[in-house]
Amino acid sequence: MEAIIQIRDVTKTFIGRDNQVEALKGINLDIERGNICGIIGMSGAGKSTLVRCLNFLEKPTSGTVLIEGQDLQTMNDAQLRKARTEIAMIFQHFNLLMQRNVQDNICFPLEIVGMKRREARKRAAELLKIVGLSEKARAYPAQLSGGQKQRVAIARALANNPKILLCDEATSALDPTTTKSILALLKEINARYGITIVIITHEMSVVQEICNQVAIIDEGNLVESGSVEEVFSRPRTRAAQKLVFQGERSTMEMRGKRCIRIVFSENSSFEPVIGNMVLACKTPVNILLADTKDIGGIAHGQMVLQLPEDKVTAEKMIHYLKDRNLTVEELTDYVE
Amino acid sequence: MWNSETILMLMENTGITLYMTLTSTIMAYIIGLPMGIALVVTDKDGLRPNSIIYKLLDVVVNIVRSVPFLILLILIIPLTRLIAGKSYGATATIVPLTFAAAPFIARLVESSLLEVDKGVIEAAQSMGASLWTIICKVLLAEARTSLIVGATIALGTILGYSAMAGVVGGGGLGDIAIRYGYYRYESDIMWITVILLVLLVQILQVIGTRLSKKLDKRSR
Repeated sequence: MEAIIQIRDVTKTFIGRDNQVEALKGINLDIERGNICGIIGMSGAGKSTLVRCLNFLEKPTSGTVLIEGQDLQTMNDAQLRKARTEIAMIFQHFNLLMQRNVQDNICFPLEIVGMKRREARKRAAELLKIVGLSEKARAYPAQLSGGQKQRVAIARALANNPKILLCDEATSALDPTTTKSILALLKEINARYGITIVIITHEMSVVQEICNQVAIIDEGNLVESGSVEEVFSRPRTRAAQKLVFQGERSTMEMRGKRCIRIVFSENSSFEPVIGNMVLACKTPVNILLADTKDIGGIAHGQMVLQLPEDKVTAEKMIHYLKDRNLTVEELTDYVE
Repeated sequence: MWNSETILMLMENTGITLYMTLTSTIMAYIIGLPMGIALVVTDKDGLRPNSIIYKLLDVVVNIVRSVPFLILLILIIPLTRLIAGKSYGATATIVPLTFAAAPFIARLVESSLLEVDKGVIEAAQSMGASLWTIICKVLLAEARTSLIVGATIALGTILGYSAMAGVVGGGGLGDIAIRYGYYRYESDIMWITVILLVLLVQILQVIGTRLSKKLDKRSR
């Protein structure tokens, strides 16, 4: 079957006063119907420009964008506006009408297509139920939390039964828990209504959480695309590797002077204590000595760790280990 | 001098001042509001960039605004005569008042509309909203409190202008102040008119502020 979104040789050049910026340098990408496609890249890579080319908020400098086989370039103003009612979009900063309450915000796209007020209100109520905000119908955006605002924005985006939902950094302004719930909602919408979702993000976790297709954009080029498993397990290009191993620091020299000895006596050997601690504190430790045995599922033995220089992190680590019932003993001058 | 005649005259002229101020403000908005919208829409970052229309409006607004009202009042007497049939009196004064206030209002409207979040406009565009819908339901609706604050400023300014028109027999409180206070040295009547003008501005300001707060849904 034909892809619902076909991007062909799309370029976009912004001409400034005394310079021009090539935001997109010939992008080719197909997105199949019903997919959740993540477009990921560092900030400034051109991903926001790319997603705006999909509903012609930005007109590409060259190349074509086909939505369900229809070339957006050939449309006149009225046709383009009609097409846009089927390509909904949500934003990082929600972009709700601040002077309208929640239900009237959701009614706005319905007013655009000329729906009667009473009918629109009814549809808004249905949509609020879907996003789980029925009790907030009469609240104003200023009274809502970030997550709630994004839910309203999603309800508004779904109002005209779009075929495609574009998400421009839709979770970047939200905390991790809220991000998870919004992503779960998007996933549910995709499964329930078969809406193709395009997600622009700089966060790997977002792509891992809900996407099945991923495209990596770097400096205006599409450097890698394919299924999430394929691209993430074997990133081929430097840009992809940089993203996939995001946050990972290059091997650095441990300079911390503090060393601790930990004694294992009753912990389950199935629990990767040190590994978990490193993940929790997001700072590596240096294992200077490890002498442990697994005896019937219980870890026995001792380890000597060199802690990071940063005092707070070091304290956090000691606390973490003590919390897990390990005997922690500070070594004043450990010499191996 | 505190006879009923004086009091009646002061009351009557307060009414005339209000009549001039309100009528000219409405007329000036009929001209200035579309001008302000056009300035925002045709701006280079606007919804329909058009540098020719923008520059034209920009220049017209700047020229009219740079002529002092008192000079403008005299300068356009032929036009006033053409439109109102005479060049003195309250109704005739509405012509120069409107003419002077419209560009000022265009600027006020422009700055109010520019405050509207670009993201919200983009969202409306992404939903397939037409230019007209965006102007009415996004720009004007979202900027409404700022527009009301602007209208309050405009009313105060036009009230001040209307008092100035007293110099050329424009009628109203300004006229009284000049005739009694300046030409006849009856400074107590002048003081009364000044107090009345201050009160009028205060009342308009309070109404404007209350209304804009009541209509603002951004903070509650």
